[in-house]
Amino acid sequence: MRILKPLSMIIVIIGLQLLITGCGKSKPNNRAVYFLIDTSGTYTEELNKAQAIMNYLLATLDSGDSIAMARIDSGSFSEKDIIAKANFDARPSTANDQKRLFKHKVDDFVANISRGSANTDITGAVLQAAEFVNEAGAGEKYVLIFSDLEEDLQKGHIRDFPIDLKGINVVALNVTKLRTDNIDPRDYQERLSNWQQRVVQGGGEWRVLNDLERLENLIVMR
Amino acid sequence: MSNELLYLWSDNLTASVSIWFMLIVFVLYLGRQQAHQLFRSTGRAVFSSLRVWGMTLHKLEQKLMKRNREILLNEGARAAEKSIEREFSRVNDLVQRDLSQYPSLHREITETIETIEKDYQNSSDVTPLPPAWGEVVETISNLPNNGDSTVNKILMNIKKAVEDSHQQTLKAYKKAATERHGLLASMQPDWRKLSNKLGSVNEKITGLDERTKAIDSQMANYKAIREETDQAVSSLGSSALTQFFISGLVLIVAALGGLINFQLIAMPMSEMVGGTSYIGDMKTSDIAALVIILVEIAMGLFLLESLRVTHLFPMIGSMDDKMRRRMMIISFTILFILAGIEASLAYMRDLLALDREALQQSLTGIGATNANAEFRWIPSIGQMTMGFILPFALAFIAIPLESFIHSLRTVLGSLAIGMVRALRVIVRMTGGIINHLSKMLVSLYDLIIMLPLSAELIVKKYSGKSSPDDNQNDESTNSYSKNRRGNKEVKALKSSTGKAASDNA
Repeated sequence: MRILKPLSMIIVIIGLQLLITGCGKSKPNNRAVYFLIDTSGTYTEELNKAQAIMNYLLATLDSGDSIAMARIDSGSFSEKDIIAKANFDARPSTANDQKRLFKHKVDDFVANISRGSANTDITGAVLQAAEFVNEAGAGEKYVLIFSDLEEDLQKGHIRDFPIDLKGINVVALNVTKLRTDNIDPRDYQERLSNWQQRVVQGGGEWRVLNDLERLENLIVMR
Repeated sequence: MSNELLYLWSDNLTASVSIWFMLIVFVLYLGRQQAHQLFRSTGRAVFSSLRVWGMTLHKLEQKLMKRNREILLNEGARAAEKSIEREFSRVNDLVQRDLSQYPSLHREITETIETIEKDYQNSSDVTPLPPAWGEVVETISNLPNNGDSTVNKILMNIKKAVEDSHQQTLKAYKKAATERHGLLASMQPDWRKLSNKLGSVNEKITGLDERTKAIDSQMANYKAIREETDQAVSSLGSSALTQFFISGLVLIVAALGGLINFQLIAMPMSEMVGGTSYIGDMKTSDIAALVIILVEIAMGLFLLESLRVTHLFPMIGSMDDKMRRRMMIISFTILFILAGIEASLAYMRDLLALDREALQQSLTGIGATNANAEFRWIPSIGQMTMGFILPFALAFIAIPLESFIHSLRTVLGSLAIGMVRALRVIVRMTGGIINHLSKMLVSLYDLIIMLPLSAELIVKKYSGKSSPDDNQNDESTNSYSKNRRGNKEVKALKSSTGKAASDNA
């Protein structure tokens, strides 16, 4: 009988240890968001909308989440196109400071951009975004594309290959209709369906959100 | 396949079905005795087994009732003992506090009485009344005046001396009377003092009398519990139920208080332990906040336990006074520190909320506003005070918790009894229904084969014979009731024999 008491204590301790280690291996709860903004042609005029979306994201994301904002230009598969990025600290006060700094960088970028890029390398930007969100090891991964989805590659750039987007939510935001789309709306639909096909084939999930009044549907609230 | 079987005898459906029906009825007629036996035995077997189950459940119910009654009586007896002990303790306190001063009070009363007695005696010393000098003076005045100047002078002198003496005596008498009045007047405060003392004695005696009446009532209650009367059990049961609901209500209120407390410290806790790590589906910061609240409740339990307000941990209750005092100080210190931590966390929460608000404003482009900035300290102080007070308020959860745990035992017992009783009724009802169904099936069987049965009856009627099967069936039908009747008779015989034996003894 004397041995029963320490034995039961050991069992309880082992049980607690297993519980703690078992719980530690649960799925991460953080989110990683990569926000791509098209800076080609007349899309620079839409940047204030992109700024509003970014502010919404900053207000929604919390400690432990990651965020990056990058521009889509002629050759976007590059870290140079990243305007700002941050992994929010575990402490809420520090995370708030990071958000302020991030906002400051974005505001600077929007204020200083003078002219749009000559070409639009959306595929390269999406590849860069996938790399970032996968590295963040987040539980929920989002790539937000603020563009008309009309890809215009520089000569010599190869982008016609499948993209690995497994577990990534790709959301097209504010997909504006081009002048040609008005002549034949099938062009617009074809453009969207092409991108949907690429994303779904890559293992990702595709959504389109044109009404910016419904931003609450953008990412899962916690 | 089924269609082929249906049309086996004829292409006409009605003819084929009729043949099938007649065949089935014939087969059923042949197997009538066996079918009846099957139905009856099955019904009886199920009924008997369910009856046994019902009896077992009845025994279990009795056992539970007995156990619940014992628990109720034990709890009630313990509570009554405590109550009586407390009353005796109060009486002891009264006696020690009030009646310990009784000798001095008695002395004071005696001294006052002695003083009054002395004064009374002094006042009763009557000064002799002035002698009847008046008559002497009158006699001398009435003496015949012979004109002798010498005699006149003597008489005048005598008269004057007598008058002087009379005046002096009267003066002395008046003085003595005044003194007596003074003494009597000085007795008045002594009388008042004596009256007050006796009044205080009366009050103390009345207090004791009230306590003794309360003890009498408690003793009567205790006696009823010891005698295990039904009235006492019923009273204790309703009391336990009331306690259960009241303590449950208080616990719900305390839980809501705990929830508010949790909301107050959960957010700033993420500033201390980080807001990104999770244990299961819960944030580590939330768990840390919860742990702090639970530790506060535990400290409150220990504090009230060491103060002997509650009796949840016999080990703490049985500690010696020195150790218990130490434990009391330690638990109070920890509780105080935790309350301080909570107050600071509440302040931090306010700062974080302000920071977040400012960020939200800058993100929405509103810009920081200084509206009501001079009153910002009011919610801050309010939150800090709440953070400091709530842990102490939560500490008192131990009292309703103890009451809840004690009454829960009784309530659970009553619930178990109710459930077992309901189950017993269901089992008995099911048994009865199945038994009745078996009888119904027998009749239904006969109804299906009524044509051959009727034919058999007619044949028997004309031949004047009775079928042995019928007799057998009748016998088997009646055997069960006979057995039951026989059993009852044996039981009645046994009980009457037992009664007779006891009468003889």
